[in-house]
Amino acid sequence: MNPNTAEVPWERIGFVAVRALCIAVLMFLLLPIVVIVPLSFSSSSFLVYPVPDWSLRWYRELFDSAEWMRAAKNSFIVAPAATLIATVLGTMAAVGLAQVRFPGKNVLLSVLIAPMIVPIVVVGVGTYLFFARLGLSDSYAGLILVHAALGTPFVLTTVSATLQGFDTNLVRASASLGAAPLETFRRVTLPLIAPGVISGALFAFATSFDEVVVTLFLAGPAQVTLPRQMFTGIRENITPVIAAVATLLIVFTTALMFALEWLRGRRGAGSR
Amino acid sequence: MTAADAGIENMRSALRRDARRRTAAALLLTLPLLAFLLFTFIVPIGALLLRAVDNPEIARALPGTIAALRGWDRESRPPAAAYAAIVADLQALREQSDAGTLARRLNTEVGGARSLVMNTWRALPLPATTDAAQVHAQLIGIDPRWDEPWIWQAIAKNGSRLTPDYLLAAVDLRRTVEGSVESVDADRSAFRRILMRTFSIAAIVTVLCLLLAYPLAWWLSTMTARRANALLIVVLVPFWTSILVRMAAWIVLLQSGGIVNQSLAAAGLIDRPLALLFNRTGVVIAMVHILLPFMVLPLYSVMKGIPRDYVRAAVSLGSHPLAAFVRVYVPQTYAGVAAGSLLVFILGIGYYVTPALLGGPEDQMLSYSVAQYANVHLDWGMACALGGVLLTATLLLYAIYRRLARMEPALA
Repeated sequence: MNPNTAEVPWERIGFVAVRALCIAVLMFLLLPIVVIVPLSFSSSSFLVYPVPDWSLRWYRELFDSAEWMRAAKNSFIVAPAATLIATVLGTMAAVGLAQVRFPGKNVLLSVLIAPMIVPIVVVGVGTYLFFARLGLSDSYAGLILVHAALGTPFVLTTVSATLQGFDTNLVRASASLGAAPLETFRRVTLPLIAPGVISGALFAFATSFDEVVVTLFLAGPAQVTLPRQMFTGIRENITPVIAAVATLLIVFTTALMFALEWLRGRRGAGSR
Repeated sequence: MTAADAGIENMRSALRRDARRRTAAALLLTLPLLAFLLFTFIVPIGALLLRAVDNPEIARALPGTIAALRGWDRESRPPAAAYAAIVADLQALREQSDAGTLARRLNTEVGGARSLVMNTWRALPLPATTDAAQVHAQLIGIDPRWDEPWIWQAIAKNGSRLTPDYLLAAVDLRRTVEGSVESVDADRSAFRRILMRTFSIAAIVTVLCLLLAYPLAWWLSTMTARRANALLIVVLVPFWTSILVRMAAWIVLLQSGGIVNQSLAAAGLIDRPLALLFNRTGVVIAMVHILLPFMVLPLYSVMKGIPRDYVRAAVSLGSHPLAAFVRVYVPQTYAGVAAGSLLVFILGIGYYVTPALLGGPEDQMLSYSVAQYANVHLDWGMACALGGVLLTATLLLYAIYRRLARMEPALA
């Protein structure tokens, strides 16, 4: 008998086992997020299965709550403002750094990407110490500035990635035809790197929209954001209202993610 | 020089000028971001590090006393001038809050200092006298503890505006009265234990992430790009979902009447609900859930670029498929394994929210101590020193990570 034929079933079994493990891992990633959704539509005030009856009462409670509505409003003030700052500054730097090599470029990049890496508690304590002295603690401005700083590395990296496939001859052609640098940027470069810029902006938005630790240090009672409010809610008493907020956030961030995936597909096409 | 040579030379210098101009333009475009980060990120971290060695309270409140104690051996009786100096320094403190700040600071050095300073401050001013012996007697009259050495030692030790004490304390060391460094008593050492716990939780999470992510990334890399992208969505949904949402979800799942316990009981595997929440188990499960995508994505991007031919060649040369996988395929993924593991570990040691919400008191990591000292004890020196330790560990690992990512283009 050929010795190889005896080994084939083992290989098959091994492959099936690996596949089963992988599916289990995917379930582990996805199920916890799915599980909380039906509980938000439960009529019971306990977050347990089986759900006795369906109801929208927790959503009504959520929309009637001044606290939650203020938190939502704050999140939608801080995150877009931080996104705007991060996107403009990050895109400028990415465009500038894309075409040149100079000694120390790697060190500079490490510094610019550091907000992604430095422990968030360190950022929270540091900005509190510094901003309190400037009167920027307990203010929207302080929170927006730090959230923007945390978002810039994402913009820088996504725009840089897009620029790698960018044909610089287009810029030269535009300049040789008489366009000023700013006009070239607006009419040639920007349209081509737009998917990368928007991806970066989405990352920056998500970073601010999900940030809780800096907010714990820097925000006053008037600047409580959605994650900050959830932190308090989970810590004190987790109710189905939290499940309702969670469900709405899952829908919202999943939409953001699909927008990003769509852009990524376009980016591939655009840089070709 | 011929005309052609001059033309080439002109062109060379024009090209050099162009390159210089492009570099200048690049830096000009980067400058706003750098200035912004300087203000919102770098200077604040500098403020934190400065605060970790800052020791202004005693030097500011007792300048005369510190001058009088200079040269004192910190063993014998303090010089007579010191008694007059402390009376003068304390009298110069106009507001009760100034005296309170000094008393609080000294009390963190030695217990009992607060009442000693405040009692003395309230008893001032003393009847005017120039006789050193008389000042000493008056001071002892207010509080006899001024004749004990510890308060003078505490003042002398903190005479400088900068102190290494917070940083030393953050790794369970302290300065003795004479100024040498020693370990604190075992029963009072806490921070080394918390540091070890931080590293051990991050390490456990990293290993678990690797064990779960490696087969998944490999499986995805064997698929067509289309199918792999569809399944990657499943990895990305949790990646994008708010951390707070996931914390709430894990509490719902892991609580004693939660789905995990219900399912295990229904399957007849347990009689009593398992304690999965507010302990190490819950923290590790939730952290693996959050950090797993950070392991899957770099592994997948490295594995995608590995050609199948080498393993096929090994098998066709008679290697067992498993041996070929371990000896030919796995070594080609080491860069991805190292990068993913470092990334997960770096992010893991900075965790705050997950242990705070899902852990018990014995599961809190270094970030929690930082927040605790800042918000609860209002001891900013200690908070910043612990933050400095966490930052140093992170930046060291990050430097290694950057070097690794530069060597492996797929990870950039």
